Amino acid sequence: MHVTQGTFSYLPALSEDEIKAQIQYGIDQGWAVAIEFTDDIHPRNVYWEMWGFPDFDAKDAAAGLFEVNRCREAYPSHYIRVTLYNPKLTKQTTGLQFIVNRPTNEPGFTLNRTEVNDRVIHYTLHPYASEKPHGERYQEGAYPDYHGN
Amino acid sequence: MEVAIAMAGTVEKERPRWLAGVIPYKTMGYWRPDYEPEDTDVLAAFRLTPQDMVDPEEAGAAVAGESSTATWTVVWTDRLTAHENYQGKCYKVVPVPNTNPPQYMAYIAYKLDLFEEGSVPNLTSSIIGNVFGFKALKALRLEDMRIPTQYVKTFQGPPHGIINEREMLNKYGRPLLGATIKPKLGLSPRNYGRVVYEALRGGLDFTKDDENINSQPFNRWRERSLYCIEAVRRSEEMTGEIKGHYINVTAATMEEMYRRAEFAKEIGSNIVMIDLTIGFTAMGSMSKWARENTLLLHLHRAGHATYTRQKTHGVNFRVLSTWCRLIGVDHIHAGTVVGKLEGDPKAIRGYYDRLREDFNPVDPERGFYFDQDWCHMPGIMPVASGGIHAGQMHQLLHYLGEDVVLQFGGGTIGHPMGVSAGAEANRLAVEAMIQARNEGRDYMKEGPDILKKAAKHSAALASALDVWGDITFDFQSTDTLDTVETPTASR
Repeated sequence: MHVTQGTFSYLPALSEDEIKAQIQYGIDQGWAVAIEFTDDIHPRNVYWEMWGFPDFDAKDAAAGLFEVNRCREAYPSHYIRVTLYNPKLTKQTTGLQFIVNRPTNEPGFTLNRTEVNDRVIHYTLHPYASEKPHGERYQEGAYPDYHGN
Repeated sequence: MEVAIAMAGTVEKERPRWLAGVIPYKTMGYWRPDYEPEDTDVLAAFRLTPQDMVDPEEAGAAVAGESSTATWTVVWTDRLTAHENYQGKCYKVVPVPNTNPPQYMAYIAYKLDLFEEGSVPNLTSSIIGNVFGFKALKALRLEDMRIPTQYVKTFQGPPHGIINEREMLNKYGRPLLGATIKPKLGLSPRNYGRVVYEALRGGLDFTKDDENINSQPFNRWRERSLYCIEAVRRSEEMTGEIKGHYINVTAATMEEMYRRAEFAKEIGSNIVMIDLTIGFTAMGSMSKWARENTLLLHLHRAGHATYTRQKTHGVNFRVLSTWCRLIGVDHIHAGTVVGKLEGDPKAIRGYYDRLREDFNPVDPERGFYFDQDWCHMPGIMPVASGGIHAGQMHQLLHYLGEDVVLQFGGGTIGHPMGVSAGAEANRLAVEAMIQARNEGRDYMKEGPDILKKAAKHSAALASALDVWGDITFDFQSTDTLDTVETPTASR
C-alpha cells in the first residue's frame, strides 16, 4: 500500500530540486524548517522523532535539503517528513508538511473490529509494522505481502 | 423635511419633546449626526430604501429607534431611564450613488449595555428583530456589523477552529477536500456508505451528508451512521490517513439532536453536522456540545439565501458569517465563486476573510464597512460547495485560498471511471496546484497546463479534465458590491 499522509503523497516522489523549492517557499514565508522521522506510521502518531532542532533562522533551502539527505542516510527505510512551521501570532502551527522518504515495502494497516452492543463496532487501526520492535521494521522480507502489492 | 413616520406629513413642529403623541424619530434622539462612536459600541451599516415621502435621515433614525428602545409614539416611561444611553444612534446617512429608487447607507451605533453577554439570539432580536417589516421603508438590508472586542470576548467562538482542525487531521498547507453524497435522497444506508468509502479511499478528506438527509424512511440516521463510520475507518486502513464523514444530526428537537450526536461520538466519528435551519440557540448548544466532546462541528447554511441574496433587503452573508463565528461552528458553507450558486468574487472573499482572519480592516472592495478585531478567536473553515470540479483548481485556489474545504459532490461522484477515480483526480489536482504555487509559478495563468501535466500520470485526472474541462457557471451576480465612497453603477 501507499500511505498518503502529507501534502504531496499523490504526486510522484519529489526530486531534490522539488524538495528544495518547497523548503524555499517556507523560508520565504518566514517559517522554520524541521525534519522528522519515524517507523510508526499510525495516523495518530503525532510525535515523530526530531532530526535536530527546527531551523528557525533558515536562509537557504540548500541547508534544509542537506539535512534531509543526512537523515535519509541515517534512516533509509523510515518515513521522513519535512515540516515547515509558522510561528507567527494567530498561526503557531504547521504551514506545510510532506513526506520525503518512505520504505520500499509499506505493509500498511489492518482494521481490528470489536463488536459491541446493537451492531456498534469499535475500531482500532493497527499498523503491521508495529508487530516488530523499533529498529527491526521495514527491512527486506520483513513482511508477508498483506495487500497483494 | 421633518416628517413623523407614523403620520407622514401631518405632524406639527416645535412641540414639547414629552407631550403624548407622535413625533419624528429624529427629534426623539435617534438621529445624532454629532455622535462619535465609541470603541465599545456595536455598530451596524444598513442599506435603506425609504418610502417616497420619507426623509432618509428620519428613516435612519427610525431604524435606530425600532432596533433599540423606540415604539411608534412618545412614552413617558422613557424618563424613568437614562434613555440617551439605551437609544440606538444613527450618526451618518449617505446616499448610494446611481440608485433608483434612492438608497442610503445608514450607520447606527448601539451601546454595549443593550446586549446580553454571549447571546447572538439576543443581539439579532434587537438588530433585525422588528425593523425589517417597517412600513416606512420599501426595503432594508443589514450590510455589516462591527462587534466590539469587549463583546467578542463574551463568546468562545468555534469549538476547535481551523488550526486545531488541521492538527487533529494532520493535514496542512492545502485546501481540504470533501464531497457530498449524491443522490442526496433515496440511497439506502448501505449503498450510501459505499459512496462514502469510495470517495475517501480515492483521496478525499471528508464526505458529507446533505442538508436534507436527516432520518427519512429510506435512510434512518442510526443505520446511516453505522455504515458511514465503517466506510471512514476502512478508508483510513487503506490510506493511513485520517478521514471523516459529517453526520448530519439535524432533528426536530434539541433532545433528539443530542441523542444522534452522542451516537456519532460513540461509534467514533470525529465530526457532526447541523443545518442553519435549527436556529441560533440550537447552534449555540451544539457548539458547546462539540467543544466538550472534541468533535468538529460542520454547519450547512440551509435557507440562508432567503434573506442574504437580494441586494436591497435582508441580511448580508458577511453579517451572518460574523454571527456564526461568535456562536461557534468549525465549518460553514460560504460560496464558491466559480460554482453553481450565487456569488461575486470579491464579496465572497470578504465572507471568507470574515470567517478566517484575525482582523478585518475597513475595505469597500470586500464589503467591510468597519474594522473588526476578532481578538484571536479561532477562525471557521469555509466550505466551497456546489458545481465545482478538478479543472477549476487554479481558480479555486486563487479565489478561496488554502484554508477552505473544497467540496466536490458531482465533481467526484459523477466521474466516468467511478467515485474513487473522481476523488483521486481532485486530490492530485490540488496537490499539483499547491506545488506549482509554492514554486512561484503564475498558477492562475498556467493552471490548465499544470493540470494537464499532472494528468500524464493519472488516468483519473485526465478523464476528469476531458469530461468537465472548462465548465463554469457564469451568470451575473444578484448581489453585487457597491460603496458610497466609490461610486459604481448599481445593477
